[in-house]
Amino acid sequence: MPSAGLDATFAALADPTRRAILARLATGDASVAELAAPFAISQPAISKHLKVLERAGLVTRGIDAQRRPSRLEARPLAEVHEWLERYREYWEASFRQLDSLLVELQQRDRKPGDPTRQTKPKGAKG
Amino acid sequence: MKDLGKLQITTPSDREIAMSREFRAPQALVWEAYTRPEHLTRWLGVHNGWTFPICEMDLQVGGNYRWVWRSPNGMEMAMGGVYREIAPSRRIVCTERFDNPWYEGEAVDTVEFVEKSGVTTLTMTVLYDSKAIRDAVLQSPMESGVAAGFDKLEALLPSFASA
Repeated sequence: MPSAGLDATFAALADPTRRAILARLATGDASVAELAAPFAISQPAISKHLKVLERAGLVTRGIDAQRRPSRLEARPLAEVHEWLERYREYWEASFRQLDSLLVELQQRDRKPGDPTRQTKPKGAKG
Repeated sequence: MKDLGKLQITTPSDREIAMSREFRAPQALVWEAYTRPEHLTRWLGVHNGWTFPICEMDLQVGGNYRWVWRSPNGMEMAMGGVYREIAPSRRIVCTERFDNPWYEGEAVDTVEFVEKSGVTTLTMTVLYDSKAIRDAVLQSPMESGVAAGFDKLEALLPSFASA
């Protein structure tokens, strides 16, 4: 079950600029000026996004007074990833089992006179 | 045949998540597998040791359903709701609420069955109370590609590769 922390992570990830910042930080630590360079937005705007990312625990800031380099924190992303994977896996595993059950039900329907037979396939071939 | 068995996850509107999957079986059979407790308990959520001990379904408009799963260490997950619309072999609309809800409010599920050349597409659409809840549940990170994993974040913005 997602925690409150996971909610904050999801909210922080909902913005494309913030995702781009994370993508940049995945290649190494960077200052606000370095992060702002590829964007058509100001350094204060980047700083605002960094604050959201910091609050979500996705980013930490260095203590170097001049650069205050930002660093990507892997743990919250790993939690989001794990949760989404579980969601997808849950359905994929369920549907694989449904595949098998459907094969079984089709075999049942192909046996005329089978007392366990419950439905009659309409226009079924073979 | 190529994409048969592939789970598609989409966001048809601001408040919805839809999942779609094809099955090589007639529509009536997929419907049967989805609506009879003796079948449903054999496939929905019963992997990794989880069992589906309670599966009550009063399949009529206004009827209730209640599903309870149990993990190998005795943890339970329970949900239920009310059927709002039932079109045999084609469509079910029902509400959904978890006993220990992990999102606010009540969601509305629409399950549709469409057959084409012997292949049935099952589509489940969940409509949440608000966009915020839907986003919190799934959409934003899924769409952003974060679902693809932390190590693939760089792929989100190829320009950074050359920056």
